[in-house]
Amino acid sequence: MIPVCPTTALPPGEAIRVEGDEPIAVFNVDGEFYAIDDTCTHQDASLADGWLDGCAVECPLHASCFDLRTGKVSGPPAKTPVRTHRVVVADGVVHVQPGVAAEGAA
Amino acid sequence: MSTTIAVVGASLAGLSAARALRDQSYDGRIVVIGDEVHAPYDRPPLSKEFLAGTASRQDIALGAPDDEDLQLEWRLGTTAVGLDSLGRSVRLADGSAVRADGVVLATGARARRLPGGDGLDGVHVLRSLDDAIALREDLAVAERLVVIGAGFIGAEVAATARTLGLDVTVVETQPVPLAGPLGADLGAVCAQLHADHGTRLLVGTGVAGLVGTGRVEAVELTDGTRLPADVVVVGIGAAPNTEWLTHSGVALGNGVLTDARGATTVPGVVAVGDCAATWSVAAGRHVRTEHWTNALEQPATATAALLGAGGPAPTPVPYFWSDQYGARIQFAGSRREGDVVRLVEGSFADRSFLVAYERDGHPVAVLGMNQPRLFTRWRRQLRSAVPTAS
Repeated sequence: MIPVCPTTALPPGEAIRVEGDEPIAVFNVDGEFYAIDDTCTHQDASLADGWLDGCAVECPLHASCFDLRTGKVSGPPAKTPVRTHRVVVADGVVHVQPGVAAEGAA
Repeated sequence: MSTTIAVVGASLAGLSAARALRDQSYDGRIVVIGDEVHAPYDRPPLSKEFLAGTASRQDIALGAPDDEDLQLEWRLGTTAVGLDSLGRSVRLADGSAVRADGVVLATGARARRLPGGDGLDGVHVLRSLDDAIALREDLAVAERLVVIGAGFIGAEVAATARTLGLDVTVVETQPVPLAGPLGADLGAVCAQLHADHGTRLLVGTGVAGLVGTGRVEAVELTDGTRLPADVVVVGIGAAPNTEWLTHSGVALGNGVLTDARGATTVPGVVAVGDCAATWSVAAGRHVRTEHWTNALEQPATATAALLGAGGPAPTPVPYFWSDQYGARIQFAGSRREGDVVRLVEGSFADRSFLVAYERDGHPVAVLGMNQPRLFTRWRRQLRSAVPTAS
């Protein structure tokens, strides 16, 4: 598991990018944390920079939408889903488990 | 008995309308009529990655794997030639007709052509996949490109052609490119990208005509200058495809006139996307919007109206982007002459900045170059600041 940040550093409506070979974006939606691949499957853009609308994030460049819960595309032009990653909150710190799909995700 | 809704137009707006109908639990028949033979594809890459050869037809397809679940009946390669409002049927060029209980008009717009510019090889407009394929083939063997019009399409084509190694000149009638959408100051800033990358930009210059027999050889300007050209791209705007509706009873202006939710003057007929001139509460007039995001989002409101669902008209914050020479330009909001421009972040010289357009001390629009994260925050702020019309 990778520690990301204290929960207090990621308030609702905000996102943070976890750098790495395959960067991960972690979002806070009304107190629930979600993690997906940070790079849009349409073109090179950071989804952590995107527009959060409910459980969907819109790519900051070309408006592709992804469901944070499943990683599925909910709006074009992207056609390929992003991976989800499991998020664990322990001792007030947000962690991600890269490569482990979030529960309920496809 | 099952009902039928005909969607006329099979690009982003038409496909979005069909998807929205299913989202809204419409389980009747949906017939999607498109004059192009191609399944829906994304147009923005046509002037960029697709033209450059870095994106394939597969890459720009709009269809998603889930789309089969939509159970759409496609009539591609079929031009709609008339709408019989009373009988609610769409007449097609092949002589057949589609009877429908509801009709979504999504016929888009077409590129304006240069008067007298037809008939010469090497002269292109760029709107469709076929346009892009033809232009790409021509650019591959050309050395000199002249682009007429320094709007977003013209600028993007110029940028792509530079990456392909062509010698590029852009001709613009107005003294400053993009002054309409961005204002003169910021239009000038964005236009500097041309010089940065070795594209000649000639402003305040009209085109007298095209020179050549059989194939274009040069563009002649109103001051008598002749610009040698192997290929010419005409990027001087688009006109709505509404002529086929002339005798339909649907009221037309600069596009199909609709109320704020997309309803036309004929019951059971709505219009969306580039062909629709939608009533804007904020502007107090009909506004035809050619933005991608509008074609994506507007149909859901119109199809809800078509299905008889209530709900207020949304007050969207217009948004568009342009990718040129590797720079990412994004704009959101509604700008007017007289708005005060304030630099929020970055610098023009670095080609990385965010500016806010302010009216009465409040931001009404925002423009970013290479500032996607900050831009998104401002765009969100603009959206929440817009009062909802109810």
